[in-house]
Amino acid sequence: MKKKKLLLFIGPLLLFIVSGLAIKSAFFVDGKLAYRSPAAEQGERWTPREQALEDEAAATEKANREKPYEEAEYRAFPVVGSRVAIWVVSQLHLLFAAFVLAVPMFALTIEFIGYKTGDKRYDDLAYEFTKLLSVSFSLTAAFGAGLTFMLIALYPKFTNYLAHVFSPTFLPYVLLFFAEAGFLYSYYYGWGKFSARVHLFLGLMLNVVGTCIMLIANAWLTFMSTPSGISESGAVISTWEAVSNYTWMPINIHRVIANVAFGGSIAGAYAAYKFLSAKTDEERAHYDWMGYIGNFVAIAGLLPLPFAGYYLASEIYAFSQTMGLTMMGGAFSWLFIIQAVLIGNLFLFANWYLWLGMGRIEGAERFRPFIKYLLIVVTLCFMVWATPRSILATVEEVQAMGGSSHPILGFLGVMSAKNTAVNILILTTYISFLLYRRSGKIPTVSWAKMGNRIQFGIFVAAASIVIFYGVYGYFVEAAVRIKFSVPQVMSVLLAMILVTIIDVLLMRNAKSTETRWGKISPISQYVLIMLAVTFTWIMGLMGYLRSGLRQHWHVYGVIRDTSPDAFTPTLGFATQVVSVTVILFFALISFVFWLAGLSGKKVTAAVEPNPTLPAAQGLRPVGFEAPATSSVATTSGGHQAKAGSSPDSGGSVQ
Amino acid sequence: MNWIIILVVLTGLVVLRRFKLGMLAWLGVWWFAALVFVRFGFDVAVPMSVVKLYMGIVSLGLMAYVLSDRNRLKQVQEPLVALLTERSHAVLLGVIALAIPSAVAANIYFGMTAPAKPPVFGRTVHPAPPTELNVFDKEFDLVSLDNPYRHLEEAEPEEFATRVAHGREVYYENCFYCHGDLLAGDGMFIHGLNPIPTNFQDQGTLPILQESFVFWRITKGAPGLPEEGGPWASAMPAWEKFLNEDEVWDVILFIYDFTGARPRARHEVDH
Ligand code: HEC
Ligand code: HEM
Repeated sequence: MKKKKLLLFIGPLLLFIVSGLAIKSAFFVDGKLAYRSPAAEQGERWTPREQALEDEAAATEKANREKPYEEAEYRAFPVVGSRVAIWVVSQLHLLFAAFVLAVPMFALTIEFIGYKTGDKRYDDLAYEFTKLLSVSFSLTAAFGAGLTFMLIALYPKFTNYLAHVFSPTFLPYVLLFFAEAGFLYSYYYGWGKFSARVHLFLGLMLNVVGTCIMLIANAWLTFMSTPSGISESGAVISTWEAVSNYTWMPINIHRVIANVAFGGSIAGAYAAYKFLSAKTDEERAHYDWMGYIGNFVAIAGLLPLPFAGYYLASEIYAFSQTMGLTMMGGAFSWLFIIQAVLIGNLFLFANWYLWLGMGRIEGAERFRPFIKYLLIVVTLCFMVWATPRSILATVEEVQAMGGSSHPILGFLGVMSAKNTAVNILILTTYISFLLYRRSGKIPTVSWAKMGNRIQFGIFVAAASIVIFYGVYGYFVEAAVRIKFSVPQVMSVLLAMILVTIIDVLLMRNAKSTETRWGKISPISQYVLIMLAVTFTWIMGLMGYLRSGLRQHWHVYGVIRDTSPDAFTPTLGFATQVVSVTVILFFALISFVFWLAGLSGKKVTAAVEPNPTLPAAQGLRPVGFEAPATSSVATTSGGHQAKAGSSPDSGGSVQ
Repeated sequence: MNWIIILVVLTGLVVLRRFKLGMLAWLGVWWFAALVFVRFGFDVAVPMSVVKLYMGIVSLGLMAYVLSDRNRLKQVQEPLVALLTERSHAVLLGVIALAIPSAVAANIYFGMTAPAKPPVFGRTVHPAPPTELNVFDKEFDLVSLDNPYRHLEEAEPEEFATRVAHGREVYYENCFYCHGDLLAGDGMFIHGLNPIPTNFQDQGTLPILQESFVFWRITKGAPGLPEEGGPWASAMPAWEKFLNEDEVWDVILFIYDFTGARPRARHEVDH
């Protein structure tokens, strides 16, 4: 063993020395054999060539001394060019930032549930989510620094301009960033070491500070698309106006929600990966549950996203019709077909996972026949949602249609139909979730039948309202039609709230059948992973959209892009860059997951099943039911562990 | 809608219920039924790009259906495994083994012998307009431009009617050769044109446009289209050379009036 190591060391050393000697002797021989001009051999030192070299050196020195300083506008990045370099780095920064911002939101929520119900498993789960954060946080910062340096190096003039407008926001940003680091690490390392309330407070502050950071960064990038608060030539008049430009709030909202959904889906993918590589049933049960919660968070974020998206789009229209038309009808209309397909996929995957989840619940068989109908609805809505507005067609096809839109499908390509489809999709996803929740419970209240009927009635009413306004939308003008989306959304929201309330009442003291966590079909785990990949891909694609909408401007209408990259990259090229970015992101996040796994390795003992606290049962929130057997414990002590009151608190740490 | 085809498909599905088909066979049946419906169920054929999109979604849905339940998955797997392993299926397996390369060969044959066609292209029908328009020796701000005679519709209906009547004359003197007698984009010139003239009766054109957009399109025509409005030149003339400003505004009033469309309202957003 020892010899081997010695060999490993000596071998390369010898190789190094020998090759050094060989090169040295080669030069020596070469020097002896080299051709020399007759003049040199006669000992003559001076040649015209040497004179020229001397002159040249002198000239260079002079030129160097007198070289004037010039401000560079752009510098080039080798091989891929500045734009692609900035693009990839900022997208990676954004993806990690989104993850780092989102995870604390639901980690805190879960911790809070654990605190309220006194069930340690929630605390463990929250800790496990948090464990993913610390490395991601460093990566976010690293990419952020990389992005900043690259902006300064590659786009100095433009970066200077942004600093002109936004320098007052820089110091708060830096301070917030320090605060974020402080809260994040104290939240993570302080797990189980502070009192529960102090710890929850740390988590809350982590979220507040994180969101503030995002708000500031969003101001910079939304300003680039929809500038305000500046003079015609670009001088600042009001920094606040520049911050609160047209798309700032819409993007804040869209992003916070999208980040939560994205974070949930990534955490779900982590759980899926752990599930698939799990060795024991306990582990499988635990990660099945974790994946379920990740997916729950992702769906909860997914449902309101379309509305946030439409709000964003309408603000872009309001800012400039040109930009609005570029987005929806112009160069980017093809992008929205891809986006629609991806979003349709998200809905399909989310439903699919829930249906698969029924496989682990005893007594779910009675709901199986419904899946077929839900699937039909999802597929039909997906088709409507993906129907393109302007259709890719051959000349004959266009002639047959008598225009660029199909006489019947044309009706499906417009806003009224899409809004209706997406509302119904949301409602259907919610029904899938409700069925899933139902499948493990048998109501015992006397009015159970009645309750079911009322719930059914509410769904039918909401769907009818949505469809009514969808159809009615064809008979009114655009300005009125846009307003119709409000009652549509409201009826869906109201239906979801009412049904949930009824359901909670209905399930009081319900008989629970067994949920066999870990017994879900492995296919579901691949669905979770696909969900995460799709989400990441959409984020990349939409980032391209937001930047691309500016066309040949750095700041739309104010600072022109005069670099060689002042053209909008084609959709095909963009999808390639986005794909590469997504692959890089997953490579890096796998690394993060692997590291997170290392830190948990120490502990392997499974914990005794936690006697569920009867008092806590009523408090258990919708959708967060924990597995009956707990799981791989983590290194954390947890609040209860610290209190030392529950029987299983110690002992797990070896 | 081609009701006969739809009826045939539906009856086919109902009749098939009487036979004891396995899950795998049903998958095939549904897929095929969806294909027939999308491809032939409409009077005006659905473009292939959309057929493919729809069938992709249907395939995904069917896949989700099978894979969301262990029993269904088994029902699909079993016949497939049997086909590959059991002796009694040897003939069928042989046929399939031959059919796959034959299908590829046929595909290549038909691909090579198909008549040459111009490639499918994704023309952007409504590209983004410029923000400013230089025409009739004036500069128009397209963002805030409105039809100066639109307000007459309510203020002075009679004056409005004469404007529309004048627009009608302009239309039938200049535009109907291409855009058609009834504004349906089927004038006598259209057979040679690609892209074909816009069908103004289509809900996807006039109602979603502001009048400033239409004004830009009429005055600048095809030469004024940005690149994404390509790739081939449209035949739409640049009417600034033949009509004056009033005539353009009047013909706009006419085409909206005739089709009953309302221009897209500019929505004011307070900020
Ligand atoms: C030589 C044939 C021809 C004539 C004559 C003609 N057009 Fe067109 N027009 C077209 C074609 C082809 C298109 C579609 C391609 C395009 O958008 O440029 C079109 C498009 C348009 C559009 C754009 C519609 C949209 O949805 O973007 C408008 C508006 C229009 N024409 C108005 C008129 C008016 C008004 C006249 C008469 C003054 C007229 N056209 C005469 C061929 C013609
Ligand atoms: C179900 C519907 C939708 C989903 C799931 C969705 C999802 C997303 C996601 C994940 C992002 C990335 C967020 C981020 O970078 O932090 C995003 C950004 C964006 N979305 Fe949506 N979206 C939806 C609807 C829409 C709609 C309808 C529009 C507009 C027509 C839209 C416009 C945008 C734009 C412009 C961005 C870029 C914002 C940015 O990155 O700065 N979205 N969307």
